[in-house]
Amino acid sequence: MAMTDFRWRSRVTAMVAALAASLFSPAAWAWEPTRTVEFIVPAGTGGGADQMARMIQGIVAKHGLMKQTMVVVNKAGGAGGEGFLDIKNAKGNPHKLVITLSNLFTTPLATGIPFSWKDMTPVSMMALDEFVLWVNAETPFKSAQEFVAAVKASPDGKFKLGGTGSKQEDQIITVAMQRAIGKKMTYIPYKGGGEVAVQLVGKHIDATVNNPIEAVAQWRAGALRPLCVFDGKPLPIKDKIAGDMSWADIPTCKSQGLDIEYLMLRGIFMPAGVPKDAVDYYVQLMQKVRATPEWAQLMHDGAFNPTFMAGGEYAKWVENEEKRHRELMKEAGFLAN
Amino acid sequence: MEGISDLLHGFSVVLSWTNFFYMLVGIILGVIIGVLPGLGGANGVAILLPLTFSMPPTSAIILLSCIYWGALFGGAITSILFNIPGEPWSVATTFDGHPMAQKGQAGEALTAAFTSSFIGALFAVIVITLAAPLVASFALQFGPAEKFSVFFLAFCSFVGMGKEPPAKTIAAMMLGFALAAVGTDTVTGSLRLTFGSTELLGGFDFLIAVIGLFGIGEILLTMEEGLSFRGKAAAINPTVVWQTWKGLPRYWLTMLRSCLIGCWMGITPAGATPASFMSYGIAKRSSKDGGKFGTGEIEGVIAPETAAHAAGTSALLPMLALGVPGSPTAAVLLGGLLIWGLQPGPLLFVEQKDFVWGLIASMYLGNIVGLAVVLTMVPVFAAILRVPFGIIAPIILVICAIGAYTVHNNSFDVIMMLVFGVVGYFFKKCNYPLAPLVLAIVLGDKAEEAFRQSLLISGGSVSVFWSSGLVGTIMALGLVALFWPAVSNLLGRLFRQRSPA
Repeated sequence: MAMTDFRWRSRVTAMVAALAASLFSPAAWAWEPTRTVEFIVPAGTGGGADQMARMIQGIVAKHGLMKQTMVVVNKAGGAGGEGFLDIKNAKGNPHKLVITLSNLFTTPLATGIPFSWKDMTPVSMMALDEFVLWVNAETPFKSAQEFVAAVKASPDGKFKLGGTGSKQEDQIITVAMQRAIGKKMTYIPYKGGGEVAVQLVGKHIDATVNNPIEAVAQWRAGALRPLCVFDGKPLPIKDKIAGDMSWADIPTCKSQGLDIEYLMLRGIFMPAGVPKDAVDYYVQLMQKVRATPEWAQLMHDGAFNPTFMAGGEYAKWVENEEKRHRELMKEAGFLAN
Repeated sequence: MEGISDLLHGFSVVLSWTNFFYMLVGIILGVIIGVLPGLGGANGVAILLPLTFSMPPTSAIILLSCIYWGALFGGAITSILFNIPGEPWSVATTFDGHPMAQKGQAGEALTAAFTSSFIGALFAVIVITLAAPLVASFALQFGPAEKFSVFFLAFCSFVGMGKEPPAKTIAAMMLGFALAAVGTDTVTGSLRLTFGSTELLGGFDFLIAVIGLFGIGEILLTMEEGLSFRGKAAAINPTVVWQTWKGLPRYWLTMLRSCLIGCWMGITPAGATPASFMSYGIAKRSSKDGGKFGTGEIEGVIAPETAAHAAGTSALLPMLALGVPGSPTAAVLLGGLLIWGLQPGPLLFVEQKDFVWGLIASMYLGNIVGLAVVLTMVPVFAAILRVPFGIIAPIILVICAIGAYTVHNNSFDVIMMLVFGVVGYFFKKCNYPLAPLVLAIVLGDKAEEAFRQSLLISGGSVSVFWSSGLVGTIMALGLVALFWPAVSNLLGRLFRQRSPA
């Protein structure tokens, strides 16, 4: 994925823009919310998207970035379909936002729920979430190569890989790994990423592809071991996490012979048919959120890829991602029709 | 004991006037949240979470966890007074709590509920203090098969205990399973039983079912019986607390057993709701007054309330030590921890001693403060029943409707609630038990998920449920509980045959 090249530059741009916005345009909004803004989370409480939404809500409240209040509402039904349909049906309502994860693409493809990202207005990309291949620290696998060799040498379905949800990002990566390795693994779906990490610590499964923030606590405690990251480049964060290892020391899966890259969108959308001024307002609001120390801390703790995009560039990116997901889901046999 | 000195340090962190103030505010807010059906502890904490970001983490978690305690206490109030469980775990409290209120013993029922909640919570906190590291490693042993066995045990200890014919119990339970299956199938990711309706995507929410089945159903029944609340004879008696307390020590065995069930269910992430049902079922089976359960036995209030609080409290431990929430409220608190820059996990106990032991100390203090607050209000709550039905019924209806709406901000849910109300009415008219239906709605999808995950892991072989000592023991216990009436009957006969000889 090419956006990694731009990550630092775009971050600096975002900060400058936010600073400029706060200095020069105190009350010059062409549009401003006139009532409470509802922030929909198409997932359950406690997950990655929910945490990010509540973080944004907290930052907005703490720094007084918006005159009206923001409330977070979870609509997790139908793998998030409930939340997306709510946005689709709120056409023209500028007081609704939604945070997305990969279910923006996977849910309509896997379930046939009548919905597409084109039913919404893209606001901004907040970050991209990384995926890492984890094993229990007590297993002998020190590298992804050793792990792959072990899977190759064992019968089909012997290795059990746990992940969040079914026919979603974790299972897409699992299927891609199966293809790269040439052996079947058994995929076990769980409700949440934290649970997946603990199941791996308890040795009920053999590996996971948890996001960094879901597994970092267990890594620091020495219970889990990261083998490789599903990104084009190693992660940039060099703080020591466990022993001598930092996020930056995890090799890419590609360098280990697993040619798979996958990052997950953490982005903001709003209903279709809203005034352009409203979209601009939220883009600037999100830029201000990204300029706060709290946000920087979250990006650092969760080893996020802090890419920012808005407008046409963002829409283009989403369109490409949708195509890619359709391909991935088709290859995996996950399409509803 | 290292735990004790850590705890004393925790008290020194917590004991300040500001923190005490937050504690009081949290408890009172929590009680209000618990009283409003549908709002629920998870929603309450989620709404207030952002307000706490500018506070020091210890004060913030004290405020939020006190809301949690308050909600646990508050859930009992409406269950007893109006047969409307404010929280899922207080459903079992209605079985005997509401009949007590109808007999004019609302004060006694409330006092028993609050006191036993306190005892359950206290027991669980002591377990946390003494056995935190041990408990965390025990929770790690719970894979899908172990989880399913715990659910299996909860179902089994509930079946066959009712006065109703077993066939009716099973019919109600099966209907509950069917309702629980609606929505997304977690294992395949596809939709089922939604019949193309987008309203059914999320399935049937347990809270909406409960508000309808119990709250609306009860109002319909009362209307039919002549628009009167039988509880209005309740006299306001300021000494009711003291009088009830004198009778409570007799039930020490029920309390101890419920505490153990509660801690067990809280740690093996099954949660407070199944704990309360299971504890009620077992108390009914083993009490010598078991036959009178459901008609207003104080023991039938003590058992579920003690277990629910023991479970609710001990559920915080896996959250802190493993980062896996044991309840929806705990899940929101977990998000809060991350935002305050604290990483839940095995190292939290090492790196954030002030915070962890401050939290545990606040559990002790919060529960004591909470008990004092709610007990002083008992006569006031009991007096609510003196308000004429014609005035209170519309208010309850409105509160139920708001409650159902708040669960997902969805007006379709209000209609669903009314439908469930009619179903609840007919269930009662035809003598079908509501409890198995509710239990199946709440645990059905979790049990199914664990069952199917287990089979995925074992490659389709059911022997996975007997594969280790832990899971095998729990399954065996479940079978014993299921066939207990037959077994005890048989043992009784053997005993009688032998004794004359």
